[in-house]
Amino acid sequence: MNNAKLWILAEQFEGEILKVSYELLGRAKDLSKKKNCQVAAVIFGANLGDAELQKLIDRGADFVLAIEAPELKHFDNEAYSRCMLGMIDKYEPEIIIAAATSTGRTLMPYVAMTAHTGLTADCTVLDIDEEGKLLQTRPAIGGNIMATIRTQGFMPQMATVRPHSSKPAAPVEGRVGEIVRVDGNDFDLSSNIKRKELVLSSEELQLQEADKVVIVGRGIKRAENIKLIRELCDLLGAALGATRDVVDRGWLSYPHQVGLSGKTINPKLCVSIGVSGAIQQLAGMQTAENIIAINKDPEAQIFKVADIGMVGDLFEIVPVLIAKLKNGESL
Amino acid sequence: MRIVVLIKQVPETKSVKMDEETGTVIREGVESIVNPLDLYAIEAAISLKDQYGGETVAVSMGPPKADICIKEALSMGIDKGVLVSDRAFAGSDTWATSYILGETIKLLGDVDMIICGERATDGDTGQVGPEVAAHLSLPVASYINAIESFNNNSVSLSRQVEQGDEMLDVALPCLLTVVKEVATPRLPTLDGKIRAKAADIQLITADMLKLNPDYIGLKGSPTRVAKIFRPKVTRECELLFAKDDATIHAGVDKLYAFLDSKEAL
Ligand SMILES: Cc1cc2nc3c(=O)[nH]c(=O)nc-3n(C[C@H](O)[C@H](O)[C@H](O)COP(=O)(O)OP(=O)(O)OC[C@H]3O[C@@H](n4cnc5c(N)ncnc54)[C@H](O)[C@@H]3O)c2cc1C
Ligand SMILES: Cc1cc2nc3c(=O)[nH]c(=O)nc-3n(C[C@H](O)[C@H](O)[C@H](O)COP(=O)(O)OP(=O)(O)OC[C@H]3O[C@@H](n4cnc5c(N)ncnc54)[C@H](O)[C@@H]3O)c2cc1C
Repeated sequence: MNNAKLWILAEQFEGEILKVSYELLGRAKDLSKKKNCQVAAVIFGANLGDAELQKLIDRGADFVLAIEAPELKHFDNEAYSRCMLGMIDKYEPEIIIAAATSTGRTLMPYVAMTAHTGLTADCTVLDIDEEGKLLQTRPAIGGNIMATIRTQGFMPQMATVRPHSSKPAAPVEGRVGEIVRVDGNDFDLSSNIKRKELVLSSEELQLQEADKVVIVGRGIKRAENIKLIRELCDLLGAALGATRDVVDRGWLSYPHQVGLSGKTINPKLCVSIGVSGAIQQLAGMQTAENIIAINKDPEAQIFKVADIGMVGDLFEIVPVLIAKLKNGESL
Repeated sequence: MRIVVLIKQVPETKSVKMDEETGTVIREGVESIVNPLDLYAIEAAISLKDQYGGETVAVSMGPPKADICIKEALSMGIDKGVLVSDRAFAGSDTWATSYILGETIKLLGDVDMIICGERATDGDTGQVGPEVAAHLSLPVASYINAIESFNNNSVSLSRQVEQGDEMLDVALPCLLTVVKEVATPRLPTLDGKIRAKAADIQLITADMLKLNPDYIGLKGSPTRVAKIFRPKVTRECELLFAKDDATIHAGVDKLYAFLDSKEAL
């Protein structure tokens, strides 16, 4: 563990490792090479299986620090933070990266404050400078600027990154690493918060998991017209996203919102329809691999980030595209 | 019961202009408003008071003109306003900000609950809530989307997580960060505005708090902004103009070919 100067906070749900952990390992791989150090994945849970933990090793962890107790099965800030602070004291990592999830965004600031060190939120780019220090770049002021931030004179350097802002590391079968199991009961696990139950959301779409996403903007004009876009989604096998203006009007629900105050997506294909391309909206989708835009205004900002754009009335274009997709090669 | 709401004054983001030469934000002439997400925190506090009684206090750290945003909270129905302001606080990152706000809450004393917004629209880290809780060693419940019930020593809440909603019982005192779903902010009333105008805002300065001078301002901030630049968002976009039937079909054919070439069909 001594050369594992770079830690990532892996997350699990019901004993299964969440994909966001692999995204962090993807980033860690790059950084550890530059820093010439090893990578440890820290994970909390109860009775985590060896096979499951091995997945973290396959994807780039040299060590897995599994902190386990029944009380640690679900996120509990007080219990998790005491364990984390204990581990930081013991192993003195230089860098800790977590995902900006409901867990990461709560635990990381709590730990950073107590450990008296800096934390940079929502980084989109992480790098290592000549001295082996972490360079953390993040959007701020509504996505209008990017700031590169350093944590100077304090350790560890801590950062969160948005889920889906990078690709998950690919597994390498048979990669070798060490699983270090820590008994959570070595720490005070008492808590002032009692979790009674989890009501699973019935959210039909997994926007952030989708390979393809169609984003609809205010150009769709009214709620009834969304069915046109749904038909396109079905044909493409795409999930449906929306701009804030569409959500604010109640045409689609908040879980559909993409952007600074909604979800960040990183799909293979993003099709934007009737979307102007405000900077806060682009912040949620501009890293998509391929971007298509349809807008009647040739000056629309969305065309600046698109690979291919069609200037014209969406109500004329989309039905033709739908027909073409239905007929496939035969047209 | 005493509830403290932490509110931040932020520039109206839509009017933010950039200095293209230096890559910095032009703050002159930009209107300041209450952080929009803090309105939900204010509303949550006022409706708790409406139901269970007690006192609500809005605390804001910022320049003297941040009193305008405290007045807005008062006009919505918050009972008391506190402005934490000192030149020595300039340049504070979230660590230093949370230290100062935490010490302010200690000075106020007797607080049962602290409510924060999810994040501020300018700095946008969402860290200040959990960090204030850490400084005060209080339990923190983040992303609260409903406050179900409340009694003398605990509060029942719903917390929004990736998989759904967690139902929690949290012991008091505690700190909550709330999301939009928690409440619909009320508008200031005319009475409220009149009351707010006449109200005294308590000013707290550095010398009134027991602060370690090494923990505040730029000097006390572990994070440092090393560089600021404008995000570049340009790809080479091929524009297809669809004016009539023929150009629409030609354009759609090109889109189809594009999808096909990217294996997106
Ligand atoms: C702090 C902050 C956070 C924000 N967060 C988000 C966020 O998370 N997500 C988000 O989306 N926005 C966000 N916004 C809002 C953002 O600035 C824009 O207001 C919003 O994205 C605009 O949505 P829109 O593109 O649907 O609407 P508009 O800007 O009104 O654009 C509609 C577009 O449709 C086109 N159009 C109209 N009719 C047709 C037609 N018949 N055929 C083809 N095109 C047509 C128009 O040319 C126009 O470009 C945020 C703003 C702030 C200040
Ligand atoms: C470009 C840029 C990037 C930055 N990045 C970072 C960074 O990554 N890490 C870091 O530590 N600092 C960072 N800072 C500094 C940070 O913005 C300030 O410390 C700021 O005062 C508080 O952080 P926030 O705006 O992110 O608030 P948030 O943490 O987003 O605010 C959450 C809630 O805390 C409460 N709150 C926040 N500030 C106050 C206040 N002054 N008074 C009362 N209540 C308040 C409100 O309820 C608010 O809704 C950055 C600053 C800039 C200009």
